[in-house]
Amino acid sequence: MDSNTLVASLQETVPGAQLEQVASIDLQPTLYVSRDHVVALATALRDRPELRFDLLAELTAVDFWPREPRFELVYILVSIPNRLRLRMKVRLEGSDPHVATVCAVWPAANWLEREVWDMFGIAFDGHPDPRRLLMPEDWEGYPLRKDYPVQIRMTPTSAEALQVTSEEFRANVMKDRLTRG
Amino acid sequence: MPEIKPQIKTEVMTVNMGPQHPSTHGVLRLVLELDGETVLSAAPTIGYLHTGIEKTTEQKKWQQVIPLVERMDYLSAQSNSMAFCLSTETLLGLEIPQRVRDIRVLLAELQRINSHLVWLGTHGMEIGAVSVMLYCFRERELLLNINEMIAGFRLFPSYIRVGGLREDLPRGFHAAVTAFLDRFLPKLDEYEDLLTKNQIYLKRSRNVGVVTKESAVARGLVGPIARAAGVDYDVRKYFPYLGYETYDFRVPTETAGDVYARYKVRVAEMRESVKICRQALQRISPTGAFAVDDPRITPPPKDRVYTEMEALIQHFLIYSQGFTVPAGEAYVPVEGPRGEQGYYVVSDGTNRPWRIKSRAPSLLACQALEHMIVGGLIADVIAVIGSIDVVMGDVDR
Repeated sequence: MDSNTLVASLQETVPGAQLEQVASIDLQPTLYVSRDHVVALATALRDRPELRFDLLAELTAVDFWPREPRFELVYILVSIPNRLRLRMKVRLEGSDPHVATVCAVWPAANWLEREVWDMFGIAFDGHPDPRRLLMPEDWEGYPLRKDYPVQIRMTPTSAEALQVTSEEFRANVMKDRLTRG
Repeated sequence: MPEIKPQIKTEVMTVNMGPQHPSTHGVLRLVLELDGETVLSAAPTIGYLHTGIEKTTEQKKWQQVIPLVERMDYLSAQSNSMAFCLSTETLLGLEIPQRVRDIRVLLAELQRINSHLVWLGTHGMEIGAVSVMLYCFRERELLLNINEMIAGFRLFPSYIRVGGLREDLPRGFHAAVTAFLDRFLPKLDEYEDLLTKNQIYLKRSRNVGVVTKESAVARGLVGPIARAAGVDYDVRKYFPYLGYETYDFRVPTETAGDVYARYKVRVAEMRESVKICRQALQRISPTGAFAVDDPRITPPPKDRVYTEMEALIQHFLIYSQGFTVPAGEAYVPVEGPRGEQGYYVVSDGTNRPWRIKSRAPSLLACQALEHMIVGGLIADVIAVIGSIDVVMGDVDR
């Protein structure tokens, strides 16, 4: 199946979607899609019998700062039954980057989307567990953004010692003794 | 007198497993909720080994990235560097000599055996078969010796470079690999004698941590975990690279999807790897081209550097400025020991990468861990973690 048939098939299923084919050097069909149709297209890609992209191999983002639209989301898909590969990409503006989650389509997307949120600050609307994945939860900033400094000295807030006064400490010990007795 | 009924008070217990538990293979932390011995819920916490390698690579020149990516998945260093080199070479549009491709196939398969041996040893030890660990590490030592022979490094050889290899194969390489392969197959039979029909091992591994075919694909599981569940997806067969379509081997699959099936698949894979190694070894001539003939990328030989001005300039340019890579993006997947592995590489046309993303099979395996252990026993958690073969360096990067 060539990429023109693929685009025609997708266009038929999701009529309003803007699909833009681009040439790729590694011979993987590459497709830019509009942000509003990601979930509908993902469902079509997974369920259409001639496509069946059942494996979400990778989901990541690239920051092209200072260019606008700044971010590009990349979904690398594999169709095991039809032996196809596809790279689906979404352009996102830098001011308020967000896109709908595809966790319901591919459960594999859960941690991958959390990592993208963690590293790039791209929000996934409707994500079941929208927390950071690799960095500590109270970390400020998004490390893989291009405007994030490489050499940075920050006091790790989560490693600060707990400040307890001696009164609080004694009260706590007493409480512990009372409950145990 | 009223009858007194014994009252047993039960409550759910929360157990914090890791991050420094010896059998979690690095620093994986699991918060388990237990009802007696049954696992009610599991919450994996990762990120303890996050070192920001992907950010670091953006500051390095292309050739300098290789030692970094080898340290991500530290049990399959050469699969990492090979995947990175294939993506970068695609962007550069290089035609790699056939001999280099065959050597890379050989190194990739030796790396697969190496990684599976560590897996088998540690997994066996966690289940209680300590002797398996000793035997596996004995054979792995020979593979590390081969690494030392070709590159001087044992774990992270950095031997595969963009454009080919670092240098030609050393004298005695063929003999060393042949000696290993001849020795290895009978030893593999011995390992199988220890485990395959061992009642204790069977009881610990059958119907434990089951993943169905559909669930494996939906959760992005690839490699031996998926093949144990009946998905025959192998990048070497589906999207061949480096000429794998010309090698004669099969892709072992099982259908049960449990810990035992993963064991069977990995052991069978080692046998297939030996087959591929023998074929590759026959094709490789002892001396010949070991890198592309491109003065932008391949440094000149040292005797020319010391005697010719042009070669000295070329040497100096390559090691100070590096080479530029045309703007664009590429992703060439390879079949690593843990499944599809690849580097999504973006270049802006300069001598440093714009973005490098490693497709980490261990990350998705770690995500699926919760699905595999909830409802099982706490003792099985150890067996399941061992069987999915996660490398925390690859999970956290």
